[in-house]
Amino acid sequence: MSAILEIKELSKTYAGGFKALSKINLEIQEGEIFALLGPNGAGKTTLIGIICGILNLSSGSVTVDGFDIHSDYKRARSLIGLVPQELATDTFESVWNAVTFSRGLFGKQPNPGLIEDILKKLSLWDKKDSRILELSGGMKRRVMIAKALSHEPKILFLDEPTAGVDVELRKAMWQQVADLRASGVTIILTTHYIEEAEEMADRIGVINNGKIIITEDKKTLVQKLGKKSLSIELEQPLISVPDSLKGYSINLSDSGYRLEFEYDSRGDGGVSAILEHIVSSGLRVKNLSTQESSLEQIFVELVNQ
Amino acid sequence: MNYQAIKSIYKFEMNRAFRTVGQSIISPVISTTLYFVVFGAAMGGENEYMAGVPYGAFIVPGLMMMTVLTTSVSNASFGIYFPQYSGTIYEILSAPISFVEVLLGYVGAAASKSVIIGLIILLTSTFFVPFEIKYPIYMLGFLILTAITFSMLGFIIGIWADGFEKLQVIPLLVITPLSFLGGSFYSINILPEFWQKVSMLNPVVYLISGFRWSFYGVAEVSLWVSLTMILGFLTICFFTVAWIFKTGYRLKN
Repeated sequence: MSAILEIKELSKTYAGGFKALSKINLEIQEGEIFALLGPNGAGKTTLIGIICGILNLSSGSVTVDGFDIHSDYKRARSLIGLVPQELATDTFESVWNAVTFSRGLFGKQPNPGLIEDILKKLSLWDKKDSRILELSGGMKRRVMIAKALSHEPKILFLDEPTAGVDVELRKAMWQQVADLRASGVTIILTTHYIEEAEEMADRIGVINNGKIIITEDKKTLVQKLGKKSLSIELEQPLISVPDSLKGYSINLSDSGYRLEFEYDSRGDGGVSAILEHIVSSGLRVKNLSTQESSLEQIFVELVNQ
Repeated sequence: MNYQAIKSIYKFEMNRAFRTVGQSIISPVISTTLYFVVFGAAMGGENEYMAGVPYGAFIVPGLMMMTVLTTSVSNASFGIYFPQYSGTIYEILSAPISFVEVLLGYVGAAASKSVIIGLIILLTSTFFVPFEIKYPIYMLGFLILTAITFSMLGFIIGIWADGFEKLQVIPLLVITPLSFLGGSFYSINILPEFWQKVSMLNPVVYLISGFRWSFYGVAEVSLWVSLTMILGFLTICFFTVAWIFKTGYRLKN
């Protein structure tokens, strides 16, 4: 895979002096789904806004499929589709007209067949003649996706695509995103729902205070930064951790009924040895369970560092 | 040139006008007809003349120009302000279009609407007074040029405005008074000398004078001065819009 989006040393300072982005370096590979995670005000929307041409950058450079977003902005923008966070729609227009308008705006010849196909895939076909103000929030969100897809982008930015969307529709959208990727579209999404990133993304980037903290393959990220914990429930309570286990970082909890051990998720971290020690110490085990840290826990730890 | 984008914006804006046909077309026609009835019929009797032209016929170009000025500004300012207000401006900013293409779409549509309204007023006037157009090509040229220039001014106002009140300020407090005082209903030659000189500071005087010349061959100022003024104003507006898009003033942070 080659990089379809290259961001180099990108910084953004607003007129009021607020530094929203600081020397961002990022490469997005063609055909991947990249999830950009970050707390509110981290700089996600600013970053997307700059790439798409909605905001001016202060320094650095961005190229889309090799085209600079300033010197070659027409070619760069023609490759990009954007679904912004805010539900901004032409309220008095019909769904059909609004989507057709978007296609024309990107210089594409009318293609009613394609628009029909998009609207059908997004379950909007029966609403094509309805005015947008008559639609529900979820439908408006889908209209915005239809508008972004109408000009056949190579890269699709989804800024909080499922914000305010019910669970059923959210899962349907995940499927649509998967279908888009299968058709060769590169997808960059920001989300507050870590579950969403976990479900869809190939690679994850975490941004905080205008800086990219980490970009990593999703599985590698969980392996690298994730923790596992082993919880051993005992039949008889202990007063203290047995001497044979004191070499390990084991905590005693639940009034002495539970031994808890946290270890790196890449290996067993000594689990086998601990279990052997427990057996040899004559302790009777009632139950045993392991837990792996979720992407959400990793994310929270990263942004709190 | 992204012709498809220009066509899309133009079509979208024209659809908006036809969707709100009462607001866009009928109301200026009704209000202008009222002006015509009041000023033309009540104040100008059959034997009243202004600059050698029967008064009823004399005010036709003024009425047309006054409406074209205000509707051009209103249409274009609302056309670009509404996407800003609703947030759909993101689509214009992220599309592969240059400022010239954006201008051609929005200003083209606003100017078209104004020209249509101007011609409807012209047609309506024929029901009230007999008149002739001595130089129809010049008349059309003046009409189109004025509509484009003031639509461009409206476009600038629409970007500058950060509320609906500001959208109304310039048409109500600047354009309408300038039109009234610019010779829509009288020849500035009938004013005392001092006020004639003051009137020359009003750019609308040159527009109405040139436009009236195309009807009756009489003008308060030279045709070429009128043309130079309007082209100069058009150039200023064009470079202002170019600057707005270059710097992102009010459009991009």
